[in-house]
Amino acid sequence: MTTATLNPQVAGLIKRPQLRNWVGWVMTGLVGLCALLTIIPLFAVLGFVLVRGISRFSLTLFTQLPPPPGLSGGGFGNAFIGTIIVVLLGTLISVPFGVLTAVYLSEFSSTKAQKEVARWVRFGINVLAGVPSIIAGVFAYGLFVTTGIFGYSAAAAGVALAVLMLPTIVRTTDEALKIVPQEVRWASVGLGASNYYTTLRVVLPAALPSILTGVILAMARAVGDTAALIFTALFSSFWPRGLLEPIATLSVLVYNFATVPFKPQQELAWAASFFLVMLILVASVASRLVIRRQPMR
Amino acid sequence: MTPSTALPERRSRSPQERLIDRLFVRTTLVLAVLTGVLLAFIILVIAWRSLPAVQAFGLNFITGSAWNPVPGREEFGVFPMLYGTLVSSIIALLIAVPLGLGTAIFLSEDFIPSQPRLVISFLVELLAAIPSVVYGLWGIFVLIPLIQPVARWLHANLGWIPLFGTEPVGPGMLPASLVLAIMILPIMTAIAKDSLAALPPELRQASMGLGATRWWTIFRVLIPAAISGIVGGTMLGLGRALGETMAATMLIGNANQFQWSLLAPANTIASLLANQFPEARGIQVSALMYAAVLLMLMTLIVNILAEVIVNRLKAKYE
Repeated sequence: MTTATLNPQVAGLIKRPQLRNWVGWVMTGLVGLCALLTIIPLFAVLGFVLVRGISRFSLTLFTQLPPPPGLSGGGFGNAFIGTIIVVLLGTLISVPFGVLTAVYLSEFSSTKAQKEVARWVRFGINVLAGVPSIIAGVFAYGLFVTTGIFGYSAAAAGVALAVLMLPTIVRTTDEALKIVPQEVRWASVGLGASNYYTTLRVVLPAALPSILTGVILAMARAVGDTAALIFTALFSSFWPRGLLEPIATLSVLVYNFATVPFKPQQELAWAASFFLVMLILVASVASRLVIRRQPMR
Repeated sequence: MTPSTALPERRSRSPQERLIDRLFVRTTLVLAVLTGVLLAFIILVIAWRSLPAVQAFGLNFITGSAWNPVPGREEFGVFPMLYGTLVSSIIALLIAVPLGLGTAIFLSEDFIPSQPRLVISFLVELLAAIPSVVYGLWGIFVLIPLIQPVARWLHANLGWIPLFGTEPVGPGMLPASLVLAIMILPIMTAIAKDSLAALPPELRQASMGLGATRWWTIFRVLIPAAISGIVGGTMLGLGRALGETMAATMLIGNANQFQWSLLAPANTIASLLANQFPEARGIQVSALMYAAVLLMLMTLIVNILAEVIVNRLKAKYE
């Protein structure tokens, strides 16, 4: 009824939006395609790692040494243990530094001068987070290997990984402390507790789940990191012999064995990749679940 | 009964307690400052170790293209690697910027219900969790064979363009750039999506209320408003691409010579370091440290710019 009474020119105007509808549909299709193209590599990589890694997967992988070139069988037991050692070293170094730095940033920077310090520290941390992992390796190499303090060793590799883990730990702890309600601190101080007691016994325990999440994320990144280890940990065909000796790690094993022409080694590289990816995916998914369950968010 | 008798004995903190307290606060301050200056320390160590090469080669190091570590005839120039670093990162950006921005728009608008959108965002984040060495392995055994026919076709039909002027041999600039693009997509998508989602809803409402279509709103209102976040995310992605080591080392072919062709093996600074440090001796070590200084400077400039740009956006809408 109403359309019949419209002036024909106005009716024409109402029909005209056809073109822009077409443009809208095409654009919507394009961005949908972008999203599709972005996640295709994920499935391509995961699929290949799964298919080629799982066929070689067995428990003996974790108990045996890599085979000499040309021979088959064996495993990556030494690299598995080496990765654990190196990542634990990195964690042991970076967690105290990272957590206490975050404590300062969120708990003790109250005056204007302190806030300025905190601002600069946060800036330094953010830029540090963007430093390529190979630079962390070069740093540890320059500091320990060229000076002869450690030589190629698990210790030098641990320092390099600690540099990479530090920003993640500081940031997540900082965030975790921020969401502890202010009343918790007031209650503790009101009961006569000191800064020391309030922080260590009240605030940090309250924030512990989120801090652990951050530590796990940082460890997951360290487990997969290779560039920082190639010329700090180097590699070894033997079981770990100490913190001051070159040590095999899973990620360097993947790198070394991906580029050799021997089939058994390449299969080991795929199996190690499969294990690394599973480890990291489980850590990411688990940490995400913990964060979502946080009641305070 | 007066209240004071009912209260427990009043006591102030003992000197030890106060000392512990003060020490604790001081310790956190010292550690915070150490963490803050770690970056400067890293730069100092690398620069200190590079001094012999800086003195020996000076600026010729940047413009020279010979890399000869043979003792007695050492000659080091890093130009091909600088070129390779920049070109591989730029190609990666050319691929990743449109894809990342498109995905970010797709995920920040209500094209599909929010549940699948969350799933897709999560999948994109998982893409960032895969170690670069695994991308390298995948690139060697899957991507390179896959793009080989394409590369051959490019050479056969467009070979007169210098960019495709060489016979494809497998590893080279093209596969390395493709994997770099995949690796920087997650961070660029995430930051662009966050900065679009952080825009005040009034912007969209006002634009729609004036009769603009969804896409007019996106292109003329939302993207311009979020541009600093988008540019900041792109810079962070560039920083990643410049310094990404494993995927580049495994896919680029590690040829220390300058070639126009994208199908030819090339090299980046990061993969030069990864390849040569394990066996480097003498002046070669400090030449590599010099190259590391250059890489560090490039990533630092890019990252600091990104940090400043992203902070400016936060300040604008918070």
